[in-house]
Amino acid sequence: MENLTGRIHSIETFGTVDGPGIRFVIFFQGCHLKCKYCHNRDTWDTSIGTKITVSELVEDINKYKEYIEFSGGGVTATGGEPLLQPKFLISLFSELKKLGFHIALDTSGMFPITPEIKKVLDLTDLVLLDIKHIDDEKCKDLVGFSNKLELEFAKYLSDNNIPIWIRQVIIPGITDNEEDLIKLKDFLHSLKTVQKIELHPYHNMGVYKWEKLGLKYPLKDVRCANDEDIKRAKQILGI
Amino acid sequence: MNFDEWKDFKGGEWRHEINVRNFIQKNYTPYEGNADFLAGPTERTKKLWDTILDLYKKEKESKGGVLEVDADTVSTISSHPAGYINKDLEQIVGLQTDKPLKRAIMPNGGIRIVEKSCEAIDVKLSPEVETIFKNYRRTHNDGVFAAYTPEIRAARSSHIITGLPDGYGRGRIIGDYRRIALYGVDALIEDKKEVMQSLEVPSIHEETVRDREEVHDQIDALNELKVMASEYGFDISRPAANAKEAIQWLYFGYLGSTKEQNGAAMSLGRTSTFLDIYIERDIRNGVLTEEEAQELMDHFIMKLRLIRFLRTPEYNELFSGDPVWVTESIGGMGIDGRTLVTKNSFRMLHSLVNLGPAPEPNMTVLWSTRLPEGFKKYCTKLSIETSSIQYENDDLMREFWGDDYSIACCVSAMRTGKQMQFFGARCNLAKTLLYAINGGRDEISGKQVASKFEPIRSEYLDYDEVMEKFDNMMDWVARVYINALNIIHYMHDKYSYEKLEMALHDQDILRTMACGIAGLSVVADSLSAIKYAKVKVIRDETGLAVDYKVEGDFPKYGNDDDRVDDIAIDVVKRFIHKLKKQKTYRNSKPTLSILTITSNVVYGKNTGNTPDGRRSGEPFGPGANPLHGRDTHGALAVLNTIAKLPYTYSEDGISYTFSITPKTLGKDEEERINNLTSLLDGYFAKRSHHINVNVFDRALLLDAMDHPEKYPQLTIRVSGYAVNFVKLTREQQLDVIHRTIQEKM
Repeated sequence: MENLTGRIHSIETFGTVDGPGIRFVIFFQGCHLKCKYCHNRDTWDTSIGTKITVSELVEDINKYKEYIEFSGGGVTATGGEPLLQPKFLISLFSELKKLGFHIALDTSGMFPITPEIKKVLDLTDLVLLDIKHIDDEKCKDLVGFSNKLELEFAKYLSDNNIPIWIRQVIIPGITDNEEDLIKLKDFLHSLKTVQKIELHPYHNMGVYKWEKLGLKYPLKDVRCANDEDIKRAKQILGI
Repeated sequence: MNFDEWKDFKGGEWRHEINVRNFIQKNYTPYEGNADFLAGPTERTKKLWDTILDLYKKEKESKGGVLEVDADTVSTISSHPAGYINKDLEQIVGLQTDKPLKRAIMPNGGIRIVEKSCEAIDVKLSPEVETIFKNYRRTHNDGVFAAYTPEIRAARSSHIITGLPDGYGRGRIIGDYRRIALYGVDALIEDKKEVMQSLEVPSIHEETVRDREEVHDQIDALNELKVMASEYGFDISRPAANAKEAIQWLYFGYLGSTKEQNGAAMSLGRTSTFLDIYIERDIRNGVLTEEEAQELMDHFIMKLRLIRFLRTPEYNELFSGDPVWVTESIGGMGIDGRTLVTKNSFRMLHSLVNLGPAPEPNMTVLWSTRLPEGFKKYCTKLSIETSSIQYENDDLMREFWGDDYSIACCVSAMRTGKQMQFFGARCNLAKTLLYAINGGRDEISGKQVASKFEPIRSEYLDYDEVMEKFDNMMDWVARVYINALNIIHYMHDKYSYEKLEMALHDQDILRTMACGIAGLSVVADSLSAIKYAKVKVIRDETGLAVDYKVEGDFPKYGNDDDRVDDIAIDVVKRFIHKLKKQKTYRNSKPTLSILTITSNVVYGKNTGNTPDGRRSGEPFGPGANPLHGRDTHGALAVLNTIAKLPYTYSEDGISYTFSITPKTLGKDEEERINNLTSLLDGYFAKRSHHINVNVFDRALLLDAMDHPEKYPQLTIRVSGYAVNFVKLTREQQLDVIHRTIQEKM
């Protein structure tokens, strides 16, 4: 098979928050969304990144197989947006499958289900789906895109029996409106393969990355989410 | 041999010879369950511990952190009358002096050291003691300096070889204290008398003379130990008859050693599973409950937490936080495949809950991927809660040392009662590299310290040229280093022989010459910079290379990158081979450790700019750790780098200190326990040797620096041991905080 080259931002060998167990986490470079609260602003640019081949990455991942096996962990592709490099993912995931690794894909799901994307998802054991905003208008404002594609993406996963962990960033005053949360709850109920719903409190620890790039941080006046915010959102969502 | 005290025990070779391992194998009960059976502290325990906490507080407030000193009595096994904390409450008794936390003087190691230690805290040393040891009785310290060569002195004062046990007791010898409980002292004396007889050989030479004198002293020590125990009302000439006696007998043996020797590390051995046999017998016979068993262990551990030595400010700078290294090795697997974990392995660890965290005893879990799950999870749970446990690879060490070894100090494995080591501190390999570049001149003082070599004169460093010179300089260091150690250990045996600890060893033992290195990651990164980037030399007007400019990037140690990790491995192999070429005192076997304890700070302070870009005076990474900030691929990449260092070439241990924030370890307690357990399984499956595990937030440590009174028991692990964070110097505290704490957003 052709040894494809991908562009990554960085790797984390001891990932403990992106899927079950200990995970080798690949941060892909490049993202097409423009999330105002992005804490990895430096991963947007699709023209930069460290070039790495599938075989190099697989060799690297193999060095950690003991930790991954003992913990029931695996490999997580995140970013950036990994699905911007579908050919590379197909090749990488196929190799990892052969070696028996559990594969998680962390994505916004803002993609039409093309044959290529289908192939990626066939090879994926778990999708960490970041619902940007359940309200379409608000979604457009927050990330620059309609949520239609991602909701369809979620439905596709459900229809094809692909396990999902939902991730929702709780941004006070922006994503935690009661009405929206109820809407979200209803939508999630319509999916059959949701195994877990994770609420991520919004934090501003990524602001310095915007500043480093000489950019203005759009959500400057929004406060960080606290335990109370999360508790309230959980109550509304019934989790 | 046969004793009533052995009733219900299964027989075996141990009845015919001193053989504790055989006794354990025949009689212990492996425990595969979880921690649910454990009992909390009794009222007596709580009261007694509160008294001790008060004493700790007073101690901390006292000058130099020393509560009291008996500066009139030369400490021996039986020098002091019985001492108690609260006689009515104490289930296990015995103190080093007549009062808790009152320190004793042991001038055999060096009279000037005792003087200096006393001076530092404004205590007046008895004039009589001073007169005797200055005029009539030579000490170890004086002996060493009588024999040191000018070359050794120069190497020592320029800090290329440093921390040597010439100014303090060498320690790192573990008496097999279990023997006292199992056989009673009289049987041990009989055994030593037989040894004496075997030394009645036709032609008496120097070695036999030394052996005969030593065995004679060992028998004296055992007799003296009986006297000490009788002060407390116990007759330890016979074996222990129950669990309480077994703990008490064993502790008396340990206590006697700490009254006789102020060793750098006074480790306990591997006692929990041995003691479990007595506890199980008593529980089976209905004479002991779980609460009572835990109480006995808690009281034993309280005693271990009270052991103190009088030490100099220089010693504290090297090994800060007043450590004793009462190292207890817990768990592991037997060579027959059964686990050596017993309920008492849990009880030993459970003291961290009942009494709260503490640096002593130095809890050392011998980890195997095959350990029972319940035990693994209890260990990692306590690590997360207390940061008080270190882990060492039993699957690896068992191949080398069998299944009855103990850890001395931090990472030094030795077959219990069958092996000892001549502790050799460490040499500064980063400085050795600088000497290679400078032709043996010191980069700070400019003095010619090593024999004169041709320095490197080129503008840019060439890898092959540097390696050739570095190799030659390692030859020189290895020679001077072993010469120094030969003198030190000759004199230690002569003037400060550990007669009680050695009485609890077999006659024929393996002696290792335990050398060590500091600055491995600095050397690896420097050589990597020279090889993969361009390193320009900046020289002063005398031609001395004083700084380096690195042009370009290079692979850095700690990222699981073979290009640089292989350099580190190569350096380790080269250096042990050079040590092995030297002739050693008592034909001891040279071994190597990659361990700095807290001395990485002092070593760094005394080392100039290095070719990896590290600035003069900056601390080295502790032990085998990468330099702070050089690892960029996450926790496991570092672990993989460390795991590559070959134990076969570094048999005295490879220490790695790992600190992580709770959030980085996992989202909730269950996840954290699972992830840490898997991390240890994965790390040790890769044949790595040691890891210290700290789980805390940086903010907590910063707060503890400003408000030490709020954190009297905050314990953290540093290279190979644990300390009370608030007892560290500010400099050390900052080093710990700035050192890689694995955290992410």
